[in-house]
Amino acid sequence: MLVNAAFYVFSAILIGSAVMVITSRNPVHSVLFLILAFFNAAALFLIAGAEFLAMILVIVYVGAVAVLFLFVVMMLDVNFGQLREGYQRYLPVGAAVGTILLMELVFVLGGWEFAPQAMSLRLSSTPGAVSNTQALGRLIYTDYIFLFQAAGLILMVAMIGAIVLTHRERTTSKKQSIARQNARTVADTLELMQVKLGAGTNVTGILRPKPEPALALTHDEPHEHGVGKPGPGEHG
Amino acid sequence: MSTIGVNHYLFVGAVLLVLGIFGIFLNRKNVIVIFMSIELMLLAVNLNLVAFSSALGDLAGQVFALFVLTVAAAEAAIGLAIVVVYFRNRGSIEVEDVTLMRG
Repeated sequence: MLVNAAFYVFSAILIGSAVMVITSRNPVHSVLFLILAFFNAAALFLIAGAEFLAMILVIVYVGAVAVLFLFVVMMLDVNFGQLREGYQRYLPVGAAVGTILLMELVFVLGGWEFAPQAMSLRLSSTPGAVSNTQALGRLIYTDYIFLFQAAGLILMVAMIGAIVLTHRERTTSKKQSIARQNARTVADTLELMQVKLGAGTNVTGILRPKPEPALALTHDEPHEHGVGKPGPGEHG
Repeated sequence: MSTIGVNHYLFVGAVLLVLGIFGIFLNRKNVIVIFMSIELMLLAVNLNLVAFSSALGDLAGQVFALFVLTVAAAEAAIGLAIVVVYFRNRGSIEVEDVTLMRG
């Protein structure tokens, strides 16, 4: 049974990579194992027949969320070794809670069964002829349209929230001010001089004092030409 | 899902959920790994939803999994934004110190 073997292989890799996510020393490795886990979960979805969700999982999780994680992990300059100090201390209690929870879940798994009227209680049964993506599309845009729009709203609020949280005014950055650009006139910036033949640049007033390095570009006051040196050529 | 029983999926989902909770205990200080653990738990939930949807032939489970996916993505974005702001303010991401931010 090829499908059975594939299921067990993908499940084993999924669980193994999940273990590596929570135990690996370097968070970058954690993120990469998380990506591996998402890929294997997508394969499990495919085996279950949920093709659209499998593709969405790859696109949204691997393409967006995991890359976001990777971005943040690499951007923050954190001493990750120091963050693992409590590792040994929390291991026993975590293992105890995990073992108890797993035992309870396995206990539940051993004893449950479908209700006899489960088939008649289905909300929206899978149509036979169309593909999974088409069937989901027909459902989402009809019966679940309000939930769909609410999901879009959630995403928009998340986007605005992330922007608002991380936005900060930068005082040192150089940005373009179009109004000030348009308000400049020729007289502010251009100066015509008449230079006599043979007059050196030191007497004409063309030589300017050096502009100050950083701030000079942000000022747009007109440069004071020929300060203290009334050259022979006045304004033309 | 013709050959694989729903119980197999549920077991994988249960193990994944327990691993997520264990990860939160294990990495109490590193908030980024805690976020990853939460993602693992949400993935386990999605696995269960899809397994039941496929076993019963009810597409509502897959629609619900889609919304879980949406909320997980939004949560990750907001959470990581908060981490970035917290790091900017304090220079570390040790979540045990977060209580110091109380007024």
